[in-house]
Amino acid sequence: MTDLNTAIGPLRLKNPTMLASGIMDEDAGSIQRMIELGAGAIVTKSIGIHPRDGYANPTVIELEHGILNAMGLPNPGIDLYGKEMNVLKKTEVPIIGSIFAATAEDFVTLATKMQGLGAAAVELNVSCPHAKHYGLEVGSDLSLVYDIISSIKHHVHLPVFVKVSPNMTNLVEVAQTIENAKADAIVAINTVRGMKINLETGLPILANKTGGYSGKAIKPIGIRCVYDIAQTVHIPVIGVGGITNGEDAIEYFMAGACAIQVGSAVYYRGPEVFHHINKEIAQWMRKHNYKKLSEIIGAACR
Amino acid sequence: MSINIPHITSIASSSIEAIDIKTITFRFAGCVAPGQFFMIWVPGIDEIPMSVSSFTKETKAITFRNVGDATHALYHLRKGDKIGIRGPYGNGFTLKGKRLLFVGGGTGIAMLAPAIEEACKKKLETTVIIGAKTQNQLFFEKRIRRCGATVLVSTDDGSTGYKGYASALAKNALKEEHIDAVYTCGPEPMMKTLLSYCKTIPFQASLERYMKCAIGLCGQCCIGKGLRVCLEGPIFDGATLRTIKDFGSYRRDAAGRKILF
Repeated sequence: MTDLNTAIGPLRLKNPTMLASGIMDEDAGSIQRMIELGAGAIVTKSIGIHPRDGYANPTVIELEHGILNAMGLPNPGIDLYGKEMNVLKKTEVPIIGSIFAATAEDFVTLATKMQGLGAAAVELNVSCPHAKHYGLEVGSDLSLVYDIISSIKHHVHLPVFVKVSPNMTNLVEVAQTIENAKADAIVAINTVRGMKINLETGLPILANKTGGYSGKAIKPIGIRCVYDIAQTVHIPVIGVGGITNGEDAIEYFMAGACAIQVGSAVYYRGPEVFHHINKEIAQWMRKHNYKKLSEIIGAACR
Repeated sequence: MSINIPHITSIASSSIEAIDIKTITFRFAGCVAPGQFFMIWVPGIDEIPMSVSSFTKETKAITFRNVGDATHALYHLRKGDKIGIRGPYGNGFTLKGKRLLFVGGGTGIAMLAPAIEEACKKKLETTVIIGAKTQNQLFFEKRIRRCGATVLVSTDDGSTGYKGYASALAKNALKEEHIDAVYTCGPEPMMKTLLSYCKTIPFQASLERYMKCAIGLCGQCCIGKGLRVCLEGPIFDGATLRTIKDFGSYRRDAAGRKILF
């Protein structure tokens, strides 16, 4: 029997495929569907203190090799989102609350509320590449990142995951800061900053002009980031970026990831993608005589 | 090139259908099925979903009310002005049976029109109920009569046709005639009422939700248990709609907050 169980620090997953933040996770019904279709864990949409509409459309377009988006962190605010979380309280699949804020104080408020709502962990969005005052603007200030993580760890007993950006050139330093602040895991990577201009009008298509690139094209970038981080820190790494099939996932495991997240592939292969990827991972492992994921994780780092 | 990126085209013609209601036709080659929609980009303003209201191989048209920023901008575009189109998206109607009833409330009749024309072309017995608030908001009546359908009109204020809701007129029609299937687009509470009259009759309704990606990825337009209106809809059948709490009760705004109908 091939064993797809994995662990992210104290968190146990029945399989390593997690739903990435911002995909089919705005309401309880969508999350229930992703769970039924085999996701091993769910990361919620990034939730802030107050409701936010996000940017005007176009917010998402498909390019030749990936997807470009600038949603602008739309969310109903933690209190209304709590009503969706309450519906999911009985589910056995871990729900990880993605949160964003500009200050350590607001991050603590959000993490505390997520804990009360039954989240299994929080994922800090300090890496969204296209939101003024939030995301990467926070993540670029390493002393602020340190302060946010240690404040949350001081007030909340949930595991803290930190999602990092490939747009930072000092990723190793970022990873060390996150580990020093006693975070429980690093999630790599968020989208790659990009832009698409329409030739006929001479205008950037996204209403926000710039956005984040995801999908197949960014996989080598994610692999490199996960590899660099896994070489640097001792805390678990979760791989995300361009994972569409089982072999993509295996590659991330070999780079050092103990679990992976899937976003754009929900478009490429439909919501059944979790089922497909798990099946493909198991097939690959059987074919290569592996029984446990732990035998593959970090294979390229040795 | 991907269908999921706006293709720039220009307005070929526009015509006023009723007060604040306009049809714009643009050059856009390719197939589209009645009930499908496009994402219409008005550069610098917004991008919104719009169901097709008539089409040929080379051109497509949308018909809309001037209600928001994007429709206001669309309303004032002139022949030759540029817009971006991506799609078509969604599932479209499936016409079943020989005696069909179409019920369009408000601008809902715009997207039903191509399906009605298809039904008439197939020589199906087609009855159409058009509901409007008042006479000067009524449109497409002539176009639909011309294709051979039986047309009944209702207005909320009785300024023309039956005084009252389209759903009440539909209730009578369902009592008096044998109807094989019902197709509807309009205000959701109206469609929900209509569904309650169709216990055994096949039913299809076109739903409208705030959309962002239109490719089944972002989850903004989801109803029920993660059904994507952009991909698994916008047309849903009665059996599915009966299981969806959202239907006729609430939609979600851009932030994901529930807004009651």
